[in-house]
Amino acid sequence: MSPQPHSLAHEDTSQAHHGHSHGHQAGHGSLKSYMIGFVLSVVLTAIPFSLVMSGVLDSKMMTAVLVMGLGAIQIVVHMVFFLHMNPRSEGGWTMMALIFTLIIVGIALAGSLWVMHHLNVNMMPMTHEMMKNMP
Amino acid sequence: MTNKTQVEATEAPQFYLEEEHHPEGSTMLGFWIYLMSDCLIFAVLFATHGVLGRNYAAGPSPADLFDLSLVAFNTAMLLFSSITYGFAMLQMERNARMETIFWLGVTAVFGLAFLGVELYEFYHLILEGAGPTRSAFLSSFFTLVGTHGLHVTFGIIWIVTMMVQVKMHGLIPENRRRLMCLSMFWHFLDVIWIGVFSFVYLIGAIG
Repeated sequence: MSPQPHSLAHEDTSQAHHGHSHGHQAGHGSLKSYMIGFVLSVVLTAIPFSLVMSGVLDSKMMTAVLVMGLGAIQIVVHMVFFLHMNPRSEGGWTMMALIFTLIIVGIALAGSLWVMHHLNVNMMPMTHEMMKNMP
Repeated sequence: MTNKTQVEATEAPQFYLEEEHHPEGSTMLGFWIYLMSDCLIFAVLFATHGVLGRNYAAGPSPADLFDLSLVAFNTAMLLFSSITYGFAMLQMERNARMETIFWLGVTAVFGLAFLGVELYEFYHLILEGAGPTRSAFLSSFFTLVGTHGLHVTFGIIWIVTMMVQVKMHGLIPENRRRLMCLSMFWHFLDVIWIGVFSFVYLIGAIG
């Protein structure tokens, strides 16, 4: 991230023996970290699928909340162990971009669902007659 | 006066043509920002599905349509492809050219399996009369899952391209940079798939 001449020279040497210029900042992780991420992902995938497919929980709401919660955790696992996200990579700019995106995504998702839900609720109820005359 | 500028222009212009050392950091950041913009595309499609996902137009509902064991299989394929891409990256770090190509190939095979199952699912849905034109739910479903499938398709094309590149030129810095971008792209698609199977398939099947 700092293309000054002296740091370039340093990057060149590090590239020669390590293959990438930014050390462990945006590193590839180790076999161990990949395996930890993989095992966690398998567990976090298996639980929601088994919850839904077997229908152990009586409450649909509870199941839905668990599925979404476990999904969110798995996304974090993937970010950390596969995408190697950390607050230091690229001088923190990837994290900044991610946070910015999450805010926008949150506004778009929550806003759409909220507005459209109220639109649905306030919609004039459709009678059977109207349904028949629909195009 | 025009003559003078012409002379100046023809007199050995000092263009800076030398290929500058490419600071990899900025490429990674730029690619990450691309991924974030892609994330916004998917967010919009998720929001659309969230709004329209229960408008069945008296047609089939997710509980009638989705074969969860098939989705579980697909998820496994994508998860395996993620870890095998990780292995490819580890081999790249070890400077092992053929091993890198091998693991890239394995990743591509898992990706193709995922794509095959998804196309099979789409084909059967359309055959059952549950195509994208049937209801708002199915329109948004096909758009969201189809967009993800399209990304996987291009990811596979990219993987094959990189296999050829590494075969021809070896693990040169340019190819390492490309492989790292592809790594981010591929793992990102897996992240999106987590959202798809949780939000679309599982929540849909719960009803």
